[in-house]
Formats: sequence, C-alpha cells, structure tokens
Amino acid sequence: MNALLELKNIQHAYGKQVVVNDLSLTLKKGEIGCLLGPSGCGKTTVLRCIAGFEPISAGEILLNGVVVSNANSCFPPEQRHIGMVFQDYALFPHLTVAANIDFGLHRMPKIERASRVAELLQTVGLVDASSRYPHELSGGQQQRVALARALAPRPDLLLLDEPFSNLDVSLRERLSLEIRDILKSQNATAILVTHDQDEAFAIADEIGVMHHGEIQQWDTAYNLYHKPANRFVANFIGQGVFLLGRMLDSHHVEIELGVLAGDIPHECTADCHLCREGYPVDVLIRPDDIVHDDASSIQATVVHKAFRGADILYTLRLPRGGTALSLVPSHHNHAIGEKIGIRLEADHVVAFRQPET
Amino acid sequence: MKGEALNSTGNNTTTRYGFSGFLASTYRTSSGWRLFPFLVAALVLIPVGTVISSFFAPASDIWQHLVETTLASLLINTFWLVLGVASGTVLLGVSLAWFTAVCEFPGRKFFSWALLLPLAIPAYVTAFVALGLFDYIGPVQTALRAWLGPDLFWFPNVRGRLGVIIVMILAFYPYVYLLARNAFLTQGRRSLEVAQSLGFNRTQGFFRLALPMARPWIAGGVMLALMETLADFGTVAVFNYDTFTTAIYKAWFGMFSLTAASQLASLLIVIVFVMMVVEQQFRSRMRYAETRQSARVNRIPLAGWRAWLLAGFASGTLFFAFLLPIAQLSIWTASVFTQDFDERYLQFLWHSLLLSAFAALLTCSVALLVVYAARRHPDWATRAAVRIATIGYALPGAVLAVGIFIPVAWLDNWLSEIALQLFNIETGLLIQGTLFTMLIAYMTRFLAVSHSPIDSAMQRITSSIDEAAMGLGLNGWAMLQRVHLPILKGGIFTAATLVFVDVMKEMPITLMTRPFGWDTLAVRIFEMTSEGAWEQAALPAVVLVLAGLLPIILFVRQTEK
Repeated sequence: MNALLELKNIQHAYGKQVVVNDLSLTLKKGEIGCLLGPSGCGKTTVLRCIAGFEPISAGEILLNGVVVSNANSCFPPEQRHIGMVFQDYALFPHLTVAANIDFGLHRMPKIERASRVAELLQTVGLVDASSRYPHELSGGQQQRVALARALAPRPDLLLLDEPFSNLDVSLRERLSLEIRDILKSQNATAILVTHDQDEAFAIADEIGVMHHGEIQQWDTAYNLYHKPANRFVANFIGQGVFLLGRMLDSHHVEIELGVLAGDIPHECTADCHLCREGYPVDVLIRPDDIVHDDASSIQATVVHKAFRGADILYTLRLPRGGTALSLVPSHHNHAIGEKIGIRLEADHVVAFRQPET
Repeated sequence: MKGEALNSTGNNTTTRYGFSGFLASTYRTSSGWRLFPFLVAALVLIPVGTVISSFFAPASDIWQHLVETTLASLLINTFWLVLGVASGTVLLGVSLAWFTAVCEFPGRKFFSWALLLPLAIPAYVTAFVALGLFDYIGPVQTALRAWLGPDLFWFPNVRGRLGVIIVMILAFYPYVYLLARNAFLTQGRRSLEVAQSLGFNRTQGFFRLALPMARPWIAGGVMLALMETLADFGTVAVFNYDTFTTAIYKAWFGMFSLTAASQLASLLIVIVFVMMVVEQQFRSRMRYAETRQSARVNRIPLAGWRAWLLAGFASGTLFFAFLLPIAQLSIWTASVFTQDFDERYLQFLWHSLLLSAFAALLTCSVALLVVYAARRHPDWATRAAVRIATIGYALPGAVLAVGIFIPVAWLDNWLSEIALQLFNIETGLLIQGTLFTMLIAYMTRFLAVSHSPIDSAMQRITSSIDEAAMGLGLNGWAMLQRVHLPILKGGIFTAATLVFVDVMKEMPITLMTRPFGWDTLAVRIFEMTSEGAWEQAALPAVVLVLAGLLPIILFVRQTEK
C-alpha cells in the first residue's frame, strides 16, 4: 500500500472547541481527493493541518510514510513539499504572472527555472499574459496563475482551498473540468476543499463528506449519491425527500407509492435483527425515482414547479399527504394545483432507521 | 452660508433626475456652486505661487548674506534630519508593526493600540522634556555625576543632531507603525503562508514577500513622518538646530525681511515636492491590487525569551516616547503650578480653544462643500481641484504663513490706497493682523485632515441610497436631515476633532500670523522653551497633551474594538 498521504485519527482543537475530530483518510499518488461539507464543518482546518499551518492535538499525519505532524511536533510547512492554492489566490500583486510562477523555484538552477515557468504558462494557457500583473487578469486567469504557482516546484501534494468560490457560477464548471485535466496532466496528487458538490464531482476521484469535524463518508461521487452512508450525506448530496416506509422483509420495503427492493436498511449490518416485518423506516426518494405517467393510478397534486429547461422539477403532494419531488421532461407542463399521474421507478433502495426522538 | 449651500445640494438632488431636471441642475450649479473646489484649490495655489515666484525676485543683501553664511548648513541639517528620521521611523515602526500584527507575545493587545499614544504629544514637547531631562544640568546627568564622578565624557551630547533625530523618531514613528501594521494585518500572515507553501522559511518570507508587499504602505507612513519633519518648527527651535522653518522665522522676525523668508520658503517647498515625487515613484512603479482582509488567521505564538524580548522592546519604546515625557511633564507642572498658574493661563487657554474651534468650523464647512461639489460633479477637473485643495497638508506651516501673509499685505495696501484715492479715507490695515489671515492659513493647511473623514463618510452615501430615499418621498431638506446628515455625522465629528487638536498644537502659523496679543498655549511653550524654562513650559504642554489624546482615543475606539 503506497499511500502518499495518510491522516490517522487526527484531532484539532482551538482551545476547548474541537474543530476536527478523529479524522482519517488515505490518498494514493496521482489521486484527487476532496473534502466536501457545509461551511464551518472543519474542512479548511484539515487542509491547514496537512499543510502544517495548524498543529494537531491527537493522531498522526504521514506524508510518503513519514510522520510530519503528531500531537507533539509539527514539521514546518516549508519542509513538507506541499503546494497550496489559497481561497483568495494570494497572488503577489507586485510581481508579474511569470514572476509569480517563478517565485517558488528558488531551489532550481536558473535555466531550468525559465523552462519550467514557460511550461506552466503553456499548461494553464497564459503564455500571452506572462508579463502582466495579477490585477490586470480576470478571476479565472488569476485562479490559473495561483494553480501554476503552486504546481511549479512539483510539490508531492497540492492543496486547494475553495478554489472556485470567488468565480461566478458559469465559470466554475468549465474551470473545474479544466483544472482536473491540468492536475492529471501533471500527475499531481491533490486535495480540494469545497462546499459545492458539483465542483467536487467534477474534479475529484474520491470525496469525503464532512460534518461537525468528522468525515461522514469517503467514497466516489456515484456512491455518495446512490449509496449515502447516513442521513446527513443523503440530505447533503443531491435532492430528495424521505418518505415513511414499512418493512415487508429484509429486502423489501413498502411506501405509499409501491414496493421497493434492495438491501434494507442501508446502514444496518447483515445480522441486524430489528428489520422485522412492519418495522418503520425512512426511505430516500430522489427526483429521478418518480416518473410522470398519465396512465398511473397514483395521482399527486402539483404544489410547486421549477422550470429548468430540459426538465421541470415538480414538488408534489401525495394522496396520503407526503411530499415528493419529481423530475419530468419539460414538455409535460402542468399547472400548480393540477393532479398528475406518477409512478415509482427505482432500482435500489436507500432507507434509514427512523431517528429516535 | 453653510446652510444655504447645503440646501442647494438638496434641490439639485431632486432636479437631477429626468432630462429637463438634469439641464436645470447643470445650469444652476455652473453658477458658482460648481466652482467651489476650484476656488479652494486656488486658495492653496496662491501661497505656493507667491513663495515660488519670490525665488526669482532680485537677490537682496540679506539673501546674499544668508546664502553665504547659513544656506549650506541648512541644507546639510535638513539632509541628515530627513535621512535619520526616515531610517529610524522605518526601523522602529515596521518592526513594531510586524510583531504586533503577526506575532503573539505578552501584552500584544495592549501594545497594539498603546504604541499609537506618542502621537498625542507634540514633537516639540517631547523635545523640551528630553532636553530638560538629559541635558548637562538635567537630573539624569546630575545624578550620574554624583554617582560616577564629574567626568561624563562618554555621555552623548543631547543638544546635537542625534538628539533632534531621536526625538523626532520617537514622535513620528507611529505614522509608519500605523500604516505598516494595516498592511501586515491584511496580508502579513497570509503572505508568510504562501511563502512557506513555496518552500521558504519565515524569515525569508518576511524579507522576500511581506516586506516588499507592504512597501507602498511603509512609504506612505514614512512620507507622513517626513512631512511632519520638514514642517516642524518647535522641535528644531527647542534644540537650536537650524532648518528652513527656523530660518524663515529668523529672516522674517529677526532680519525683518519677508522677501528673504519667502525665498527660504521656496527652497523648502522644492524639497517637499521632490520628496512627494520620490514617494509617488515608489508607489507607482508597480500597481498594487487591493487584497481583501483574509479570514481570521492565527498569530505566530512566541514563548520564552523571544516573547519577553518583544514585550521589552515594545514597552521600552512606549516608555521613552510616552510615559517618560508624561511623567516629567506632570512633575514639572506640579512644581510650578501654584506660582505660575494665573489669569494669563486662562487667556492662553481661551485663545487656543477659540482659534481651534473657529478653525475646525471653517475647515469642516469648506471640506463638506468640497465633498458635496465633488459628488455632484465627479469629473476629472473637479477631482484634480480637490487633490490640489487638499495638498496643503504637505506645505509646512512656516511656508504657508509667509505665502499667505504676502498676498494679504499686498491686498491690504491696495485696498487702503483705493479707499484713500476714491473716498479719501485713511483705512489703515484692514486684513493684516486679523484672525482672518490666520484662519485661512489653518484652513489651507488642515483641509486634508478634515476632508478625508468627511469624504469617506460621503462614500457610504451611494447614489442608490439617494434614489431609495427619493423613492420613499424624501427630498431637499428632508433628505439632508434624515439621510445625509445622520450618515455624515460621524465623519464630520472626527474631522472637527482632528482639526481642533491639530490647530491647538500648531506652532509656526500661530506664531507668525497671530494678531497682537493673541498668545496661545503653543506660543507660550515657544516663549518659555526659548528661555530654557522647561518647568514653565510644562504647564501649557500638559493641556496640549490632554487634547492630543482625544483623537487617539477616538481612533483606537473606532479601529481596535
């Protein structure tokens, strides 16, 4: 197992307030990981601990198998060979684009430096802007300079702190794919921190959803969406609602729209004996699990509608009073208050034990 | 006048929208109101022009004499003073700013505002306290002689160049400290982190990144310190260290040659302008993007001897620049208070307060009008006029005194001649020797001081605020009363306080243009210190220091919450 980065049960506290708790993760060389979570969940702190800007109060951080942080000691950041792209880019306003990229190459021979800078300018597509100053660039260009500057010394690991939060939404998606290509072309290992799941999905190979200083689930984007490990992940990733369900047996659950088949409940172990018949559970229903079907006997009332171009996202009131979302091709245009036929179409089940109150 | 002009603003605001309204307002404002900033700019340009043109006046015997005897030493003295104060304030100001902005050590919070306190003490007060304490007959040397014997050959000569420079460094380092600290607070820790993420250690990060990035701010602070240095009259007078300001005073009141004084002033103006150009170069060689204040970043925790060394450094600075002068002033004041305090003091105080209040009122009104005019007409010409109008702060008081007195005298002669010829009346001197000259000089010098807080308050009244208020049915007076004034209030108050205190501490303009009998606290200090009567000078100085604390407290409360 050749892990480039390993966090073993790390903890970070400001005074008595524990910001990161018992957090572990592993990243292999060449992988792009992501910490995804709402603001204040401690994800940036994890990044700063890895960089060495913050000490940890328990656990270990290993880079290339060497302990760089533990409860007693903290390797200085400049000796970790880590690159960082800051949220506000922190470009040097008094230096040109080329000089910004060159800044971290102080250990390289002169000739190599020039060619490395030229190579990176090429990679990020800023050859023409090399002698301009940061304030003359657009937000997206500044972002790419920050990336090039961090990549220039060929760090073992690159950390990106909310790299797109200063850009407008239309630019984010394009740039995030572009940056994934750049990172992969440099064979860089990277960790990204963001609160935006679209960014996380676009860039990362593996994503850790964070909440209250802990990783709730470390998985691929597909699994986070389709196999959320717990309620928080289910709520945080994608859209959907919980509908009350009743267990039929250990593989089938009945909700008011029909019967679903799968491993139920998702979070239970195989020998869970609670899943007897009639046991109540919450079943996650995504908007794409419910399809519009005029022939269906189940009629739901339109409560809200949001036109999205290709589809319309309907919020529906079900006959027995539950609420569900449904994504319907947009030529099926129905008015609010109208009743439409719907049908359940899900090939797997995500269900959770009801919260104890 | 103030109310009327403000009222017309209100009307303009209502008429501005809509095409016919726009035409009407353009028409109306072009008749005077719009010209106001240009008028004020002219008021600044007149003394500058007067002084500079005197340079080309035929050389008098006195001028010849000055060139031969004192000019070289004036230039040398000024050169060393500027060099010494610049390097000293940079060393002291930047290091203190860095440590309080980026490191954590015992007392850091206290020092970060307390290190501004020396601004409350006028440099000339620190100067006479230093002389009184450390001069040959002062308590320090007397005590040392009693202890070590009569031969103190190693004790530095306090009256020399080094003494003046040290006093000015202690008095003016807060300017550099304040601006550099601002820069370090917004970007210092972050730039260190960037440097570290690129493989530099902290020391390298400071010298290669944090320091160069803060350069425009540091240059700005040094510029302020040097402007004060060049404008200073009181300190160099106390030390008998001849510079242009004291030479101007001597030429005017010692040799009674206003022309020679003006010629000296023209040289000083040239020096000031050269320095402004140099500073502009420093700033504009590279454009600096505004960096937003990054989120809360942790300071570097220091422990052990380093932490105590820093605490010692900061408290040492505070001790010599603030505590020691304050303590000595109190002791002296206590010793002379009973015999020296009498009705004359009430009069000095009254004059000081009255002048400061008038000047604050005038200066703030003018600043308000200029700001309103610039808001109505945000074109390049108005902007240029405002820049010129607020450049007076760079002009030393001694220069302004001469530059304003000459045209006033000329105007006076002209008026009395006209009166004599047309009406056959002996008017005597109408304007000379009145408060008018003095107030105009104060206004010219301190307009920038009142302009910047009022202007930044005005920036908060965006045009959409006006539009929102109009949308809610407010206009004219109502808009002014319910929207503009409440927003501007704080800025006007700050501006008035700053000008009030600045005028109170002001020495050269007051000394040279005051009407007969209008002695103020600052004038009293000048007279007492020129006789070496330190104890007697302490009493008025205490009042000035107390007044000087006001704006500092105001500032600290605004920024260091």
